[in-house]
Amino acid sequence: MRLSEHIYRTVSSLSGPLLFVKDIFAARIGEMVRVITDNGGDIAGEVLGIEGDKVLVELYGDSRGLDIQGMSVVFTDSLMRAPLSPDLVGRVFNGSCKPIDGMDMFIPDKQVPVTGSPINPAARARPEEPIETGFSAIDGLNTLVKGQKLPVFSCSGLPSRELVAGILRNARLTAGDAGFCVVFAALGLTFHEYSFYLRTIKEMKTGFVAFVNLAGEPVMERLLAPRFALTVAEYLAFEMGMDVLVIITDMTNYCDALREISTAREELPGRRGYPGYMYSDLASLYERAGRIKGMKGSVTMLPVVTMPEDDITHPIPDLTGYITEGQIVLSREIHQRDIFPPVDVLPSLSRLMQKGIGEGRTRKDHREIANNLYKYYARGRDLRRLEAIVGREGMTEGDKHMLGFAAAFEREFVHQGNVRRIVGETLDIGLSLIERYKVGR
Amino acid sequence: MTGRILGISGPTVSVDLKGLKLYERVYAGHSMLTGEVVRLEQEKSVIQVYEDTRGLAIGEPVKGAGMPLTVRLGTGLISGMFDGLQRPLERMRDEMGPFIKIGREIAPLDYLKKWRYCPLRKQGEIVEPGEDVGFFEEGPFRHYIINKTIKQQKIAWFAEGEVSIDSPLGQFESGDEILGCIEWPVRDARPYRKKYAPSLPLITGQRSIDFLYSLAKGGTAILPGGFGTGKTILEQAIAKFADVDIVVYVGCGERGNEMAEMIEEFLTLKDPWTERPLTDRTILVINTSNMPVAAREASIYTAVTMAEYYRDMGYHVLFLADSLSRWAEALREISTSLEEMPGEEGYPTYLSSRLSSFIERAGVVETLGGKTGSLSMILSVSPPGGDFTEPVTQACLRATGAFLMLDTSLAHKRHFPAINWFQSYSLYARELAGQYEKRYSQEWTDLQRWCREMLQKEESLREVAEIVGAEGLQDSDRLLMHVAGMIRTEFLCQNSFSDDAFSAPEQTLSQMKNIKAFHDQAEAKLRQGISLEEAFGREHEAV
Repeated sequence: MRLSEHIYRTVSSLSGPLLFVKDIFAARIGEMVRVITDNGGDIAGEVLGIEGDKVLVELYGDSRGLDIQGMSVVFTDSLMRAPLSPDLVGRVFNGSCKPIDGMDMFIPDKQVPVTGSPINPAARARPEEPIETGFSAIDGLNTLVKGQKLPVFSCSGLPSRELVAGILRNARLTAGDAGFCVVFAALGLTFHEYSFYLRTIKEMKTGFVAFVNLAGEPVMERLLAPRFALTVAEYLAFEMGMDVLVIITDMTNYCDALREISTAREELPGRRGYPGYMYSDLASLYERAGRIKGMKGSVTMLPVVTMPEDDITHPIPDLTGYITEGQIVLSREIHQRDIFPPVDVLPSLSRLMQKGIGEGRTRKDHREIANNLYKYYARGRDLRRLEAIVGREGMTEGDKHMLGFAAAFEREFVHQGNVRRIVGETLDIGLSLIERYKVGR
Repeated sequence: MTGRILGISGPTVSVDLKGLKLYERVYAGHSMLTGEVVRLEQEKSVIQVYEDTRGLAIGEPVKGAGMPLTVRLGTGLISGMFDGLQRPLERMRDEMGPFIKIGREIAPLDYLKKWRYCPLRKQGEIVEPGEDVGFFEEGPFRHYIINKTIKQQKIAWFAEGEVSIDSPLGQFESGDEILGCIEWPVRDARPYRKKYAPSLPLITGQRSIDFLYSLAKGGTAILPGGFGTGKTILEQAIAKFADVDIVVYVGCGERGNEMAEMIEEFLTLKDPWTERPLTDRTILVINTSNMPVAAREASIYTAVTMAEYYRDMGYHVLFLADSLSRWAEALREISTSLEEMPGEEGYPTYLSSRLSSFIERAGVVETLGGKTGSLSMILSVSPPGGDFTEPVTQACLRATGAFLMLDTSLAHKRHFPAINWFQSYSLYARELAGQYEKRYSQEWTDLQRWCREMLQKEESLREVAEIVGAEGLQDSDRLLMHVAGMIRTEFLCQNSFSDDAFSAPEQTLSQMKNIKAFHDQAEAKLRQGISLEEAFGREHEAV
């Protein structure tokens, strides 16, 4: 046990973000390290592995320009911690939790390890209070509830950020709006995207905290930023009693960063080069969403995943789908028909919807309307394939009717532009669609 | 004897402690993290730690426990909720708050609680090994206490009435105490006298399973399916409604919110066979995806040992795991950190042998005491990308008796349970058909065959119909399509959130009979020359 910082100048090798230091006394796994260069540079890092007195350190910052002789390594004897205080709200930080909004660092009330601890499953409360996002395709058919993690599966070029911005602007808890806060983690975003999001966030009336790692910034910080964001979210939710919506975009950049670091560590690659522990790693982020019995706040998560090659079976959306409670899938085909948001409701799913809708939550007839809309639309979409083969003329009246429904559903229910709809309105539109196209005509 | 930590890398820790045995339980560091010895060398031993190693330092002390990783078996397991190392989650929550802290040992069973003990044997009676000595009243169950020694014993004295489980329940004349609870190494299967081939039906209350792919008590089945195909919901539905005495459910690397939902449901729902609350017959082992990986690997062993323990009392136990893929991934993660040679897709080459020896712990047995008990397993598998050719699914296929394939395209059509009726199979179905016929109706097998035929004919007709349109088909074919549609939507589909969630075999049978009757009636009308439109109007197209 050490009680103070130790400083060493015994770096034996350096390659990419990895640093080997020798002759170290009592290093700790996960311990925070600072590398101080002789010309005044200061880079943070973490102890990754220890073998006797040799220690493997991973650097968070850029290792370019470092030289082995001219640097000292400080072992701090503490884990990576996030500074917490109510003053966080309204601030913008980089991936290492340094303020980048031009204001001074706040004085933290406490420091908490960023990796967090798992919530005891026996202490979790069942998520069941709906969050109104203002979008019919979500509120009507894939209702989001407090404490859920519901990713948006997008394809490159689709307006996922407009959808997320819309949700940010419109999201409201149907149960009332006591203390709502958005925690935003931007991972590997281009400046263009980032400035768009930041503008949206600044226009919001609710509080926000942002952690930003841009495309040009160190890859290691991309792994760190969501952990800071979630630690802050847990603090705001379970200690300040707020309902927190965590938006992480883009998880695909996160996974690519994970792969890059894993390769640098010379670990055995799994599917498509992603490390075998990617499931556990993603779970350590996603599973921090939830509610706790006897506590007021909640952490709801809305990560954005861009599916590489529009492929939903790619490891990133695949593993995400196995951990999260459903997914909102955007479709290129629907987007090309100028429908916004371009949500394809067939592969979309909210696993926690059943408990979040119905009498006392949204409306008594919600479940029935949703089931019917889904059933008819699925049938209509099926018939589109048939139409492509036999042509519209060769189809029965009943089938043409169903095709009409599918088109009307997309145009009137899914499509809504930037207009906010309350749940009641969404359900009324759905109901009138069903009435118009009812079987039996 | 204590040693020191030499090196740490992820969950594997090397130590200089000598005299350890392979798979011995170890406590590492000041915070006493639980671990297991996985490799022994002359100079050092490698241990795999079941908890988050973050913060562990070189030079911290390590201590061997002198025994392997065990579970505590005794009264109080039922209705319990444990993590992968058998720590009681509810008491953990009460003692350390909503977040799980590392390095805290909490006894799995409550030693202060008193249970009613009723002796079955009197002083001076001879008890063979494995025979009952008495029982605790554990809720509605008789929790039998047996002669756990390996020899014939004579009872010297015995306790009666309210007893806590760690006080002796009596003594044999040889001096051996009669104990209320025991420790058992999780990786060793518990002994039995004889194993039988599974031949009793396991009724799940799911029409598609009971009718088309019937499962057997003591049998094994896998449920593979991509995400969103309803694995968890189906597993939970089976856990609720299966006609067994005790259910052991392992949430292995799955979602915390789903577990919370399940816990609440189990508290309110009733067992349809006995009308008692479901919690009265359920043991939950929960290791969610964000809890330590190594404990996830251990969790299925912890759970199956508890299941075997109740099997040994002569109960029918159902073991459900969701999902086995997460267990296999944990195995892979550990294997990688041990720098072992990888096999297919990075999984260790011993994946399939570990898996099959685990699945072999299922079966119908004659217990040491001469009773009949069974342990059935239904295991879900999450193949990456929904691709069933991956190693875990393939290894399971070789070791299990039933394959219930969950189909993504059915799930997208909201056909739940999304069991594909062409690819799935049950090796028990043929043997069990006789049992079903005897119990419910002679028509069972015939109806089954008819149902399969209809579905198969529909499939071949569907292609034709796609080209010529439904109008272009003959009336008899359109009737067939319509009836097959009825089978799919009214019989095979079963909404787990409605009153239809449980369907008793009688109900399943009568529903199928009705559909068949409808079909026969319509066919008769067609033969008389009445057209389909005239006979039924046009609503049949709405399927």
